[in-house]
Amino acid sequence: MLSFILRRLAVAIPTLLVLVVASFYLMQFAPGGPFTSERPLPPQVLANIEAKYGLNEPTWKQLVNYVGGILTEFDFGPSYKYKDRTVNDIIAQGFPVTLKYGSISFVVAILVGGILGIAAAVRQNSWLDYFAVGLTIGAQVLPNFVMAPILILIFTLWLGWLPGGGWNGGQWQYLVMPVIALSTSYMASIARLTRSSMLEVLRSNFIRTARAKGLPNHVIIWRHALKPTLLPVVSYLGPAFVGMVTGSFIIDSIFSTGGIGYFYVNAAFNRDYAVMMGLTILLGSMTILFNMLVDILYAWIDPKIRL
Amino acid sequence: MNISLKSALFATALALASPALAAGTAPNGMPLADDQTFTYRVLDEHSSVDPQIVEDVSGSEIVRDLFEGLFNQDRKGNLVPGVATSYDVSDDKTVYTFHLRDNAKWSDGTPVTAGDFVYAWQRLADPETASPYQWFIEIMGVKNGSAVMAGDMPPSELGVKAIDDHTLEVTLEAPRPYFPLTTTHASTFPSPKWVIDKWGADWTKPEHIVSNGAYVLTEHVPQERSVRERNPMYWDNEHTIIDKVTALVINDENVAFTRFKAGELDRTEIPTGQYPVLKKEMPEATVVFPRLCTYYYTINVSDSAPEFLKDKRVRQALSYAIDRDIIVNNVTQGGQIPAYTFTPAATANFEVPTVDYATWTQQERNTKAMELMAEAGYGKDHPLDLTLIYNTSEGHKKIAIAISQMWKQTLGVNVTLENQEWKTFLQTRGNKDYEVARAGWCGDYNEASTFLDLVDTDSGYNDAGYSNPEVDRLLAEAKTMDNPQPNYTKVEQIIADDMPIIPIYHYTGNYLMNPQLVPSWPVENVEQNWYSKDLYKVAK
Repeated sequence: MLSFILRRLAVAIPTLLVLVVASFYLMQFAPGGPFTSERPLPPQVLANIEAKYGLNEPTWKQLVNYVGGILTEFDFGPSYKYKDRTVNDIIAQGFPVTLKYGSISFVVAILVGGILGIAAAVRQNSWLDYFAVGLTIGAQVLPNFVMAPILILIFTLWLGWLPGGGWNGGQWQYLVMPVIALSTSYMASIARLTRSSMLEVLRSNFIRTARAKGLPNHVIIWRHALKPTLLPVVSYLGPAFVGMVTGSFIIDSIFSTGGIGYFYVNAAFNRDYAVMMGLTILLGSMTILFNMLVDILYAWIDPKIRL
Repeated sequence: MNISLKSALFATALALASPALAAGTAPNGMPLADDQTFTYRVLDEHSSVDPQIVEDVSGSEIVRDLFEGLFNQDRKGNLVPGVATSYDVSDDKTVYTFHLRDNAKWSDGTPVTAGDFVYAWQRLADPETASPYQWFIEIMGVKNGSAVMAGDMPPSELGVKAIDDHTLEVTLEAPRPYFPLTTTHASTFPSPKWVIDKWGADWTKPEHIVSNGAYVLTEHVPQERSVRERNPMYWDNEHTIIDKVTALVINDENVAFTRFKAGELDRTEIPTGQYPVLKKEMPEATVVFPRLCTYYYTINVSDSAPEFLKDKRVRQALSYAIDRDIIVNNVTQGGQIPAYTFTPAATANFEVPTVDYATWTQQERNTKAMELMAEAGYGKDHPLDLTLIYNTSEGHKKIAIAISQMWKQTLGVNVTLENQEWKTFLQTRGNKDYEVARAGWCGDYNEASTFLDLVDTDSGYNDAGYSNPEVDRLLAEAKTMDNPQPNYTKVEQIIADDMPIIPIYHYTGNYLMNPQLVPSWPVENVEQNWYSKDLYKVAK
């Protein structure tokens, strides 16, 4: 098991490095720069600003300085757009926000999705199954940028129960709508995966044997069928978890939660290079880490994989 | 002898403000509401609240509340005393002496002195600060500004000095009639050296910041909200009515609209296209006012331009064939004003010059456009092909479609529409790698040169690549004239004839606003330089 983990690590580090170099160069290819604006800065002013941020150096040197800053001082650089803050500030402030609403959404998605999927599979072709399938298809086709404003319309304007946005330290009133909007489509995917996987497992030979032995239904489901059912679901959960805790542009921009999700799109539009890089590294390393964790979990659930 | 401008105007303004108001009565005589908080929506997080670093509108709005410069603006945009009570100007109009009030204090109790302004202005010009508004020191015309910016002189050589704690002397390179107006700009506000020295770039965080305006920053949750509250140290605190101002970052205008209707906001923008409906449904909450902004199309007339665009007749035909009334009444629908010349009528001391084609009917313009196009050798059987670029946005797209249809129907021009992401668009336009491009311009200060300088050959904003020595001469001359209107008139007439840019409409601003706040909103201030200290909510 240890050598398995080491092998995975040996691949992960070069992957991250390639990611950093590739994004750094891709970013520089985009037309315009952080200080391109409707009112072009006079050349002298632009030169002063570029000198301050080291943007007057050749690209490779900027990359070396940037990576050097991270390795020696854990400094991810300044934001060119939000000049009062550094990338470290932005992540330190925004990541806990997305981590909170993302983790809650993750738990909600697994619980609701998992239970819905299992129930639908066990009672296949019953009204419960049709209800679950209908609900998940509906949830999957309703994009969250449509759902989020509708939630605000219902809960804020019509019912007056919840504030229409903001964060306020993450009090529950501010969490309800972001969690619903973020977890719904993940919940639907988990439910559908669980259902089809469970159906397949329930038709396999070892379950037939268990039934033939006369085991009660709940023992068959929970003790024998659940573990193999989870395999495809677990492989989905890694990326899903990363996707949720790193936030969403839609959630952050519609609910003004102040999370880092907003910056994925905005930093690119603003050519806020260091912010883009910081977020890419954060998202990239988390994706690599959680894929690795899933692989390890997988190996634990299914010993065949360790071979 | 110095000409004293310790004018009657300032005296009157002070006199009006002086008598303390009876408790619970608004300056307009109406009873005040119990709740004196103001919560408004901003589209995006502000760039900074450091006066010398801030560059965006929403950041400047906060800075105007937190800091106070030499002068403020009143409801109509006139200068009223801020930290300065008056100024004198030398006979040759190059030396300004500002007299500062002795009761102005920073929020930590330190007196505000002339030295704080000297420090701030040097900081603005210093290349090390790398302020995006560094060039403002050149616009102001402060002596040695350009040399300091370029790093050829130390900041201490800048033409600004403290005669004593309450006297500030500014020396200009040459007379600049509009100089006093520039002292209301955020980049000229004082900054606290002792705080900046202590905290460095972190000095603007709520726990460190010290400011001299009517409010202090008490909370800042980036991307969510920033809160400012009354500054008890402010010299005129007793006349401040609004206790707490909150800016909420809400990216989506429709969500902001919903939250306004749910009572969470006192002010938001009217969502695109909703103005005609809302004006009927909520007339008491819709506020519309002229702005110092012009929407126009710029035509590439530089060396890199295709030959047909260098033909004045083609450019005139393109302009004439646009029915601006249709654009403002049926497309934008926000009370915009059709534009035939560049500078908006709302600009101070500016009279819109008469240009011929503005007086014609659209039928006459169309006829003339067809004639000109035919003369230039184009027609329905030999159509012109043209590419129009605009930055990705629903609003710009609608206008571009309408205009391309007008060109097609009247002139037979085949227009290819191309939208580009913002920064890509700016680069394409800046590199003059286009034929016709969408553009918009808002004045940096309330004087016509902030618009007309765009057609100066050397202007960094001259995306048309237009160059006319006569225009350059008139503009240079206008800089030092007491009444530059005749020159501005000539420049407008020349560009209306040469048509390197096609004015389409002058912007209007609009807000959905809590009706209790409406009476105090300075709708007549065309720059929309509002100060929370002058706002109030009347009782329902």
